[in-house]
Amino acid sequence: MVSDISKDMPDSKIPSGPIAEKWTKHKMDSRLINPNNKRKYTVLVVGSGLAGASAAATLSELGYKVKCFCYQDSPRRAHSIAAQGGINAAKNYQNDGDSVYRLFYDTVKGGDFRSREANVHRLAECSTEIIDQCVAQGVPFAREYGGLLANRSFGGAQVSRTFYARGQTGQQLLIGAYSALSKQIAAGGVEMYPRTEMLDLVLVDGHAKGIVVRDMVTGRVHSFAGDTVLLATGGYGNVFYLSTNAMGCNVTAAYRAHKRGAYFANPCYTQIHPTCIPVSGAYQSKLTLMSESLRNDGRVWVPKKAGETRRPRDIPEDERDYYLERKYPSFGNLAPRDISSRGAKEVCDEGRGVGDTGLGVYLDFAAAIDRDGEDAIRERYGNLFQMYEQITGENAYQTPMRIFPAVHYTMGGLWVDYNLMSNIPGLHVLGEANFSDHGANRLGASALMQGLADGYFVIPCTIANYLAGETPGTVTTEHEAFKKVEEEVSQRIHQFLNINGNRSVDSFHRELGLMVWDKCGMARDREGLTEALKKIPELREEFWKNVRVPGDNNNVNQELEKAGRVADFLEFAELLCYDARAREESCGGHFRTEYQTEEGEAMRDDENYAYVSAWEHEGVGKEPTLHKENLEFENVKLAVRSYK
Amino acid sequence: MAKKLQLTLKVWRQPSGKAEGRIETYDAKDIPVTASFLEMLDIVNEGIIADGGEPIAFDHDCREGICGMCSLTINGCPHGPGKGVTTCQVHMRSFQDGDTIWIEPFRADAFPVLKDLMVDRTAFDHIIQAGGFISARTGSAVDANATPIPKPVADAAFDAAACIGCGACVAACKNASAMLFVAAKVEHLGMLPQGKAEKDRRVLSMVRAMDDHGFGNCTNQYECEAVCPKEISATYITKMNRDFAAASVKEAVVTEF
Ligand SMILES: Cc1cc2nc3c(=O)[nH]c(=O)nc-3n(C[C@H](O)[C@H](O)[C@H](O)COP(=O)(O)OP(=O)(O)OC[C@H]3O[C@@H](n4cnc5c(N)ncnc54)[C@H](O)[C@@H]3O)c2cc1C
Ligand code: FES
Repeated sequence: MVSDISKDMPDSKIPSGPIAEKWTKHKMDSRLINPNNKRKYTVLVVGSGLAGASAAATLSELGYKVKCFCYQDSPRRAHSIAAQGGINAAKNYQNDGDSVYRLFYDTVKGGDFRSREANVHRLAECSTEIIDQCVAQGVPFAREYGGLLANRSFGGAQVSRTFYARGQTGQQLLIGAYSALSKQIAAGGVEMYPRTEMLDLVLVDGHAKGIVVRDMVTGRVHSFAGDTVLLATGGYGNVFYLSTNAMGCNVTAAYRAHKRGAYFANPCYTQIHPTCIPVSGAYQSKLTLMSESLRNDGRVWVPKKAGETRRPRDIPEDERDYYLERKYPSFGNLAPRDISSRGAKEVCDEGRGVGDTGLGVYLDFAAAIDRDGEDAIRERYGNLFQMYEQITGENAYQTPMRIFPAVHYTMGGLWVDYNLMSNIPGLHVLGEANFSDHGANRLGASALMQGLADGYFVIPCTIANYLAGETPGTVTTEHEAFKKVEEEVSQRIHQFLNINGNRSVDSFHRELGLMVWDKCGMARDREGLTEALKKIPELREEFWKNVRVPGDNNNVNQELEKAGRVADFLEFAELLCYDARAREESCGGHFRTEYQTEEGEAMRDDENYAYVSAWEHEGVGKEPTLHKENLEFENVKLAVRSYK
Repeated sequence: MAKKLQLTLKVWRQPSGKAEGRIETYDAKDIPVTASFLEMLDIVNEGIIADGGEPIAFDHDCREGICGMCSLTINGCPHGPGKGVTTCQVHMRSFQDGDTIWIEPFRADAFPVLKDLMVDRTAFDHIIQAGGFISARTGSAVDANATPIPKPVADAAFDAAACIGCGACVAACKNASAMLFVAAKVEHLGMLPQGKAEKDRRVLSMVRAMDDHGFGNCTNQYECEAVCPKEISATYITKMNRDFAAASVKEAVVTEF
């Protein structure tokens, strides 16, 4: 079912006026809550990654009562910690022509013209304050000898605007946010609930007023009530089973909210990262990213000849194909992620892939080592080379790395308006869990920026637009809505534990992942998606008949935790494929083989698809309803994205 | 085809925090040398589930050496063989066919076992809450380049900031001391100009929080440094001891600082 554009689409609340003034104007027009009243409002923040921790800390500093939840044993371990490469900001410290406008422009273009201009501009505006904030917290960004902050160029940008902390930028930023959060916890402003998994959202009179959680140590299912709920629960890349995400990353919180009525936007926009360590066997549990900053110095190539068996060093220069440099002379090895990934897929499809499986390409540092010396390369990437060696047993100073694309990031997420509120009043969504800023493809070093912009600067202002209209503390967990949802959650747990089938949860997750990767991965087509839409429900049905979840619910039960997440992935995967099938164009991370130019480049269809797809749940196994939010481009001219 | 290993595992099993624990023996068959240590456990767990048992519980998340969640003592050594690695970064090529491998949780009074190989490390969070931060209210920051920080200072602060809070230092120490963890944070923040204002208060309250949570004293054995997956130097402990002494003196003469 496809609905008419805008008619039943909630208002995206984009402020009027020139793009550069919208956010300032919105801040002026936003409602305020007086300091004495703020403490009467309880804000539930699910997630303690960059988005969640920064929001929880800042809201608490403002005086709101905050409760924060995460599934790890400590908020410091959220998956944001794994980000390696860096964070963008339009500081223009390098005087190389960067500006807020250029970052805005690059992000809209990088997103293949499928994001909201107003959101992206705001993101670019906030970027500079983020760096100030993080430095003030003690985040040890890389510095030059003169003591000023260093920058590098990253992921398809032609200016050096990326701030970094060796290969551990995410860790250092998260520790910064975690320390701010810890300060507020100590001050009594935030109650922190680690090892607590949100399993459902509670609506009261159509507003998000609470969550149902499972205590992952005792198994207790219980609820929390609040005046508003913030989901900052990260991305859904693990629907593919193998991805660069942490093992626990999941779609549960967002998907449960979707089932309660929140629109899910653009789920088919998934990002495949070009530089990951290739799969080595069937037991593989996750894929490891090699920061794409490596592409600043590494050259990507494969042998010209299919079926090459010589060692890389024995293949002469003229028998190598530096395909990115060849195809995209001006961006070369720094071509954006979607383009680089597809490039790798193409050469592997031609039989020119390297390594045991033929699913790999070389990333070669020989030229950079010749030019700058091994020490310089070690200084820049030492920990990444070390990580590579631990995993593969190979020394990349001597032999080129082997890399292959892997699922990495999900641009899609719950639909939100300019205030970061979903179509469910009171439900706000931050960070990777929302859909808002990256369109169909995210540029490198922009997710950290978005998570922190959302948490430190956007939500602290926009949350009042909702809360000011609400009387604080009106709902408690005594409300019957909570009992009902708790009952449903407990019932589902009981069901998992009593199926007693023959297959482990992981075996289902693996099978689903392969299916989704195969039909809805780097390249998609109508036929394959239709097939997946037939097979996913079959697998789901088998899951509910044949999964084995040992143990009980009075204790730590990791199989039970996984079962809940996989059950949600088994439903969500269908939504992903519906979206991919409905979008009959290629854009960013969504490549439909039917829609490509003769040279194999993505072919967008702006006339028919310049909209956000916002899906409404209609019941498990039923086709969801598509709502469309039209995208207006008033500042950036829609153009074919060329990196030639 | 990757080489395969036949191994015997001796694993700590403990149904819950309150229950008694003991070592159980498992065969780990046909383990590819290219698998990671945790993938080896995944394979063994698949077998346990298929046989109708309860899989071995262990903490893990990122599986790439950065979140600090994984926490196994392998053959008596926190994070197992290899220097500068976490448990999840250990690969099976570090073992020989026929090996017997002992797998236990990170042991310390301050880290009670929750189940099997999982422990509760919230004491670390409490230590950070006691002062492991720079008070910088959002929105109050000056321009990031307003205070240049000499590269050597920034680098030294970074070396300390690399701590992932895994707790291997505590598990390796015969006194279960958390000095390396605490020193890394105290020195990361204390070395930076932004962190100076709270330096004295920070070191005093973090060290006291450490004592309150039942971590032991440091007797300069430096087992902590040897197992630290981020190779954080024990010299930070020496520095912190100096800072603590200086701050204690000031505390004795100034009431408020
Ligand atoms: C390997 C890797 C490298 C990356 N490198 C970069 C980079 O260099 N630059 C860049 O800009 N971006 C990078 N990214 C992307 C970026 O790290 C993420 O998009 C971003 O950190 C997500 O932050 P978040 O706060 O939205 O979510 P997360 O950090 O994933 O946090 C999610 C939080 O939600 C909690 N949670 C989830 N589900 C539940 C539930 N049901 N109940 C309770 N709690 C729950 C978790 O416990 C966690 O606290 C990288 C990503 C990966 C995987
Ligand atoms: S699982 Fe994250 S460090 Fe090992």
